[in-house]
Amino acid sequence: MKTISRLLLLFATLMITGLFFFPIWNIDLHAPQYPEGIGLRIWLNKITGEKPFDLININKLNHYIGMKPIVPESIPELKYMPYIVAGIILFGMLVILLKKRQLVFGWIASIVVIAIIGLYDFYMWGYHYGHNLSPEAPIKVPGMTYQPPLIGSKQLLNMKAESLPGIGGILLGLAVLIAIAAIIIDKRELKGN
Amino acid sequence: MKKIMLISFAVILSSITFVNCTQSGETANDEEAAKKVYVAPGKYDEFYAFLSGGFNGQVSVYGLPSGRLFKIISVFSQNPETGYGYSEETKPMLMTSYGYIPWDDAHHPELSMTNGVPDGRWLFINANNTCRVARIDLKSFETAEIIEIPNSGGNHGSPFVTENNEYVIASTRFSVPIPEKDVPISSYKENFKGTLTFIKVDPHNGDMSIAFQILVPGLDYDLAHAGKGPSHDWAFFTSYNSEQANSLLEINASKNDKDFVAAVNWKLAEKYLAEGKGKKMQTTYYNNFFDEKTLTAKSNKITSVTILNPKDCPGLIYYLPTPKSPHGVDVDPSGEYIVAGGKLSTVIPVHSFSKMLKAIEKKDFIGDKDGIPILRYESVIAGEVENPGLGPLHTEFDGKGYAYTTAFITSEIVKWKLGTWEVVDRIPTYYSPGHLCIPGGDSKNPWGKYLIALNKITKDRYLPTGPELCQSAQLIDITGDKMKILLDFPTVGEPHYAQAIPADIIMKNNQRIYELEKNENPNATKSEKYARVERKGDEVHVYLTATRSHFKPDNIEGIKVGDKVYFHVTNLEQDWDIPHGFAVKGSNNSELLIMPGETKTILWQPQQEGVYPFYCTDFCSALHQEMQGYVRVSSAKSNTKISFN
Repeated sequence: MKTISRLLLLFATLMITGLFFFPIWNIDLHAPQYPEGIGLRIWLNKITGEKPFDLININKLNHYIGMKPIVPESIPELKYMPYIVAGIILFGMLVILLKKRQLVFGWIASIVVIAIIGLYDFYMWGYHYGHNLSPEAPIKVPGMTYQPPLIGSKQLLNMKAESLPGIGGILLGLAVLIAIAAIIIDKRELKGN
Repeated sequence: MKKIMLISFAVILSSITFVNCTQSGETANDEEAAKKVYVAPGKYDEFYAFLSGGFNGQVSVYGLPSGRLFKIISVFSQNPETGYGYSEETKPMLMTSYGYIPWDDAHHPELSMTNGVPDGRWLFINANNTCRVARIDLKSFETAEIIEIPNSGGNHGSPFVTENNEYVIASTRFSVPIPEKDVPISSYKENFKGTLTFIKVDPHNGDMSIAFQILVPGLDYDLAHAGKGPSHDWAFFTSYNSEQANSLLEINASKNDKDFVAAVNWKLAEKYLAEGKGKKMQTTYYNNFFDEKTLTAKSNKITSVTILNPKDCPGLIYYLPTPKSPHGVDVDPSGEYIVAGGKLSTVIPVHSFSKMLKAIEKKDFIGDKDGIPILRYESVIAGEVENPGLGPLHTEFDGKGYAYTTAFITSEIVKWKLGTWEVVDRIPTYYSPGHLCIPGGDSKNPWGKYLIALNKITKDRYLPTGPELCQSAQLIDITGDKMKILLDFPTVGEPHYAQAIPADIIMKNNQRIYELEKNENPNATKSEKYARVERKGDEVHVYLTATRSHFKPDNIEGIKVGDKVYFHVTNLEQDWDIPHGFAVKGSNNSELLIMPGETKTILWQPQQEGVYPFYCTDFCSALHQEMQGYVRVSSAKSNTKISFN
């Protein structure tokens, strides 16, 4: 593998470390009574509010529709996700050292597979929160469930929920694209030679 | 003939009507004025204005230019809406050496300053009657501290701050025997004294403490202002009754052609204090402080104060002769001119600070009063404003070289130029203005866009409401050569004085909630799982939590007639603008309004058996009406055990 491709891969790997510093996914809620906005930030190892007390306030709002409170400490994925991502980074470093193009394919594949599993898991949590409502909820709207969209926006009663990748998620996506670019460049260089 | 008389009568009538119409000639045309004061829905006002409530002991917060009322801050008065002065946490705020005083007469709001410009941290205000100075925290818009002023007969000339809040200054309106004692009132001249008080302000938390008092001759001290820039080290106090009369002052204190402005060098006072010239005097006064951690007020009784006697401190005070019965004393933005409003004077005298220093240097005195040198009027005067209207009281500045003075008797505001002392404009007010306010108009850097006239009388300006008509302020545009009235707006209480400041300075520090985690109130219940009821003898303590849309516990049994029931209510919310209320039937105390993360305690003493509902009084959510509970009260002899759920 050419140096330029390896540098690109190094860059991609470094971008993935960004997952430790930025949220992977954002869920923002918009309602008339929240002109300043209220939202959730999903990180590798925690779930926080967009602002300091947003998580508490979202849980308070959710109790009206019988949704279980979001308690980050009780979500096991948040405990082992950092290790998986650390594994990906180490794997990336290894790929750069070993200079084998096939390994790059393997690295990209592993990221994509993990991302797909992650998204599916995220979807299932959303499904679980949105569907398993307390039968004692004060507000019951026939046929209504409150699963946030996986990606994009959806009106849930008075709340418009908007779900989009956070900076961490975007960095991960870009890392994959850069890795693919590294492979393409490497191939072209070979052909040129 | 009769016809002619009728016609002429009609002409006279119509001309009167015409005169009445032209009386409002200085009003900007309606459309222009409306545009200038219209703040569209969802838009913010440009300035916060803090108007004292006068005899209601409060401060009201308005927006400018709209004149919309935002909030009333309880300071020296109880407020049954929030529980201020009724709740166990706030009762200590109104303690004095005369006991619990839940009312007062609050006159002069004063914003804290940094480098002579309002900084939006605190607002100070005085209580005239039971002499006190309060500090309001402008993060929370709540009263944070009240300090009593000992050795004062009436705390009118306060609170005015020095350039960096080094001191909040105060003077006594009524001279009294110091220390208080039983003497004939006719012995006024021998036994009565005044005090000038310097309150130190902690630059970090605003904590006030009395640094020293200066014992001064027994006159009536009226108002004050601190110097600025070159006059930074000085403070100025007006006085009247240099005659030292003690009866029918209207006549007997209006005889002398000139009274005094007292100029005090507080830097020198600090030096004399350091040299040990101050004498400790036994006295009693209270300092009540609202602790932000426990969200609870504490009363501290203090038993001594340090007194400086001018006789031991040469150069500390000089008297500037000032015509005639001066009321306001205002220092211009440069710090050079000291303008006194002689309420019986036909001119506005303006003293020069630099001339004053020269006269002091040359010992250009015409005598002394109890050892305090009296400077020569002609040597200290910078100029006199001729024809300023009758009854000039107060002056503020626009920062562009102009001064604006209220004339009480002729009911107008007069604009004049500093330096030439020429009147350049005048505008009628409706009616009888006392103070006036320009945002930052007593500071080094006024935001000279608007002027508020604070009027005493509103006859014919509003719908009548019986013998008591509303109080009023008028907003005047001062951006052009001619002053223009833009808006009348009714106010709460008697708006005595006001201060205004650009909104963004205050908004950026606004507090939205109290953090529940940091609530150190010993009676706080930080989670529903700790909500409980405990009996201690005949006291029952209910540790109640409030959140949307329920109380925990909501049913309480085992309370008996004769019990003292303390409801300690904690609002578990952490969201802006979600307070909860608490009210229990038959409470002869008050309700509570508890801010997010706050704990408040109210005492309830049920007198009869029965089941008493309690509920939230602040519409908090779609299920607000469901936010309720019951207290069962059994006979004093019953053996119902405490239980709750």
